[in-house]
Amino acid sequence: MKTFITAVAAIAFAGAMAVDTKTAMAEDGPTLKAVKARGEVICGVHQGRYGFAIADSQGKWKGLDVDFCRAVAAATLGDSEKVKYIPLGSVQRFPALQSGEVDMLSRTTTITLTRDSALGLNFGPPTFYTGTGFMVRKSIGATTVDQMAGAAICVFPGSTTEKNIASLFKSKGMKFTPVVIESSKQLVGAYMSGRCDVLAMDQAGLPGHQQYDAKKPADHLIIPGVYSKEPLGIGVRAGDDQWFDIIKWVTHATFNAEEWGVSSKNVDSMLKTKDPNVKRLLGASADLGKKLGLDKQWAYRIIKQVGNYGEIYESNWGPPLSLARGINNLWTNGGLMYGFPMK
Amino acid sequence: MISAAVPLSCAGGGDFSLIHFFLLSDNMASSEDSATEKLTAPDRVTPKGDTSIFNSMAFRGIAYQVLLAAFVILGGLYLYINVNANLERQGIATGWSFFNENAGFDIGESPIEYDSEDSYGFALWVGVLNTLRVAFVGIILATILGVFMGIARTSRNWLLSKVANVYVEICRNVPVVLHVLFWATVVRFLPHPKQAITPFDGAFLMNRGIVFPIPNEHPAYIWVGVAFVLGVIGAIFLGRWAQRWREMTGQYIPTFLWGCVIVIGLPLAAWLVQGAPLTWNVPALRGFNFQGGMALSPEYAALVVGVTVYTAAFIAEIVRAGIQSVPHGQIEAARALGLRPRFIMHYVTMPQALRVIVPPTASQYLSLTKNSSLGVLIGYPDLVNIGNTTLNQTGQAVEAIAIMMIVYLSISLAISTFMNLYNRLVAIKER
Repeated sequence: MKTFITAVAAIAFAGAMAVDTKTAMAEDGPTLKAVKARGEVICGVHQGRYGFAIADSQGKWKGLDVDFCRAVAAATLGDSEKVKYIPLGSVQRFPALQSGEVDMLSRTTTITLTRDSALGLNFGPPTFYTGTGFMVRKSIGATTVDQMAGAAICVFPGSTTEKNIASLFKSKGMKFTPVVIESSKQLVGAYMSGRCDVLAMDQAGLPGHQQYDAKKPADHLIIPGVYSKEPLGIGVRAGDDQWFDIIKWVTHATFNAEEWGVSSKNVDSMLKTKDPNVKRLLGASADLGKKLGLDKQWAYRIIKQVGNYGEIYESNWGPPLSLARGINNLWTNGGLMYGFPMK
Repeated sequence: MISAAVPLSCAGGGDFSLIHFFLLSDNMASSEDSATEKLTAPDRVTPKGDTSIFNSMAFRGIAYQVLLAAFVILGGLYLYINVNANLERQGIATGWSFFNENAGFDIGESPIEYDSEDSYGFALWVGVLNTLRVAFVGIILATILGVFMGIARTSRNWLLSKVANVYVEICRNVPVVLHVLFWATVVRFLPHPKQAITPFDGAFLMNRGIVFPIPNEHPAYIWVGVAFVLGVIGAIFLGRWAQRWREMTGQYIPTFLWGCVIVIGLPLAAWLVQGAPLTWNVPALRGFNFQGGMALSPEYAALVVGVTVYTAAFIAEIVRAGIQSVPHGQIEAARALGLRPRFIMHYVTMPQALRVIVPPTASQYLSLTKNSSLGVLIGYPDLVNIGNTTLNQTGQAVEAIAIMMIVYLSISLAISTFMNLYNRLVAIKER
């Protein structure tokens, strides 16, 4: 009976099994093994948020979250196109990851204590920093949160935003009416049709809706300032340390590449550089990939096929969204992006 | 269309033959039993002279039941252990302690006072009440609309029956999800609060919903309520007495008219006696929204209209089938006796039609209740919507889903119990 249970569990939750850290270094962990056997990384993404993950008319996915899925595929499988995207609602995203439906969750997910612990997940370093922001119709005449008493606010269910607004309004002694819809299209549609006075979500999500979903973008105003801390990171199942390490160092590789001036354009010439950091990163002098269960050129491929963090940011948040980098800049430029030593 | 009615009326007519069949087979079985006992005793003798226990009908009956029970219990146990083992393996915390934790999110509309500092348990309770609010109103409206449309379909008025026909065919052949989304979209295209439509003074129709004035609270209204309850009880007794009187003397008393007089008159009298207090709580536009009065959110309106219009189409067909299941001879006989059409409907057609109508209508009520969970699509804070938020914020997927299932199961069982009682009441009594 017990073996039967284990067998069924192993099928249902392939890759979810806890693996001893030491053996993971020696051989592939369950997630990497499954990914290699499948020849494809299954990545949970947002159903549609400009700048993070959105499918174009040809069904090709684009966005910052999407680029990190591609980076992981480039590192593990050698081809950034070997990704299967699973669009997930805010409510389905954690069960999808826990059950093994997706290998990684790159879906504007805020890192919180509860999610890291009680949900049985691990989070890589933040790939984007943002905070709760508000967009209003200019005609209602509110320019600050203090003028929003009694407003109807459209918000995603189960998001950190939902809790943030509740405590923000409570602290100001104001009331509001939440309109909670899970489908991105329905929620934004409710705001655009005038059902809500205010659209609340991570501030970085707002410019896209203003540019692409509003009939006249100029009729809407994004209230300056953020009202919470929302570090967004890539989630993986707890228990597979090797896969967690890969996610972590893929992210750091993109930060470091930008800091050291390695981009998709100059990466080939950089192979011959004298800079020891860059040599190690690109696998010209040391074999860092082996320690992660990958090959020598894992980081080279990330930069060649996807780009460094600066390039990823620019391609997704450059014009027409034109979101200033702000705290998402490198630490050397006054931001929070700080690549750990790759030694 | 006719073919749709045939199986329904057959099912109704089939009740009799089914009962008949059971009665017959029961008799046959018992007679056969005694017969086989007599026959088998000498026939199936083992060499030792006693019958194997596996040939005993009683033993085999019990053995099968025990086997089935063991199978079900073991299956359940296996699933339980499996879930627990996997949750533990993935380090997912389980338990119900989140129930008392601070929910921390707000709910758009609630029949009871709710605050973001209340617990998850209380938030879920608000969801249950919101679900019941849709189900209760939806069932009443769907019954009224369905019965009307069902009778209209059997009407001899060509236009009326065609209109009902078109309604039924359109509404029951479109998925209920689309009904709900359609009405949600319609409501959203109403004007903004500042340009709200005013159907009558003090009421406003807009994309934030419907607001209308309600009377301000007054202590006198308690007595009006008491008088109303007394009026209803009085009307029931009047009906009973009038029936007995009719059966005894043959005299007809118009109970409906007198019933109305009692039910409406008593509260009205109570209100007048206390000086007819009446002030209105009129909604007014303040800031973003209307304050005061009674407000129905657009999501609530869209959900109620969506599930009502959908379910009423099915009820209409059930009612039509019920009416058409009554043999035409019954109505002709009633006419021959000189009964008025109203009485024919009340005393001849309906009592016979109801036994066909009630059981399938009960399952329509159940599906309406369950369809109210589509509120999650349009942002109505029903049980599923709040359950989803709870699930996502606490991560307690198994517990949150279990609660939702238990609540829907309880509501459904309550409805079917009530409808079974009612069915027993209207079923044809065998004397």
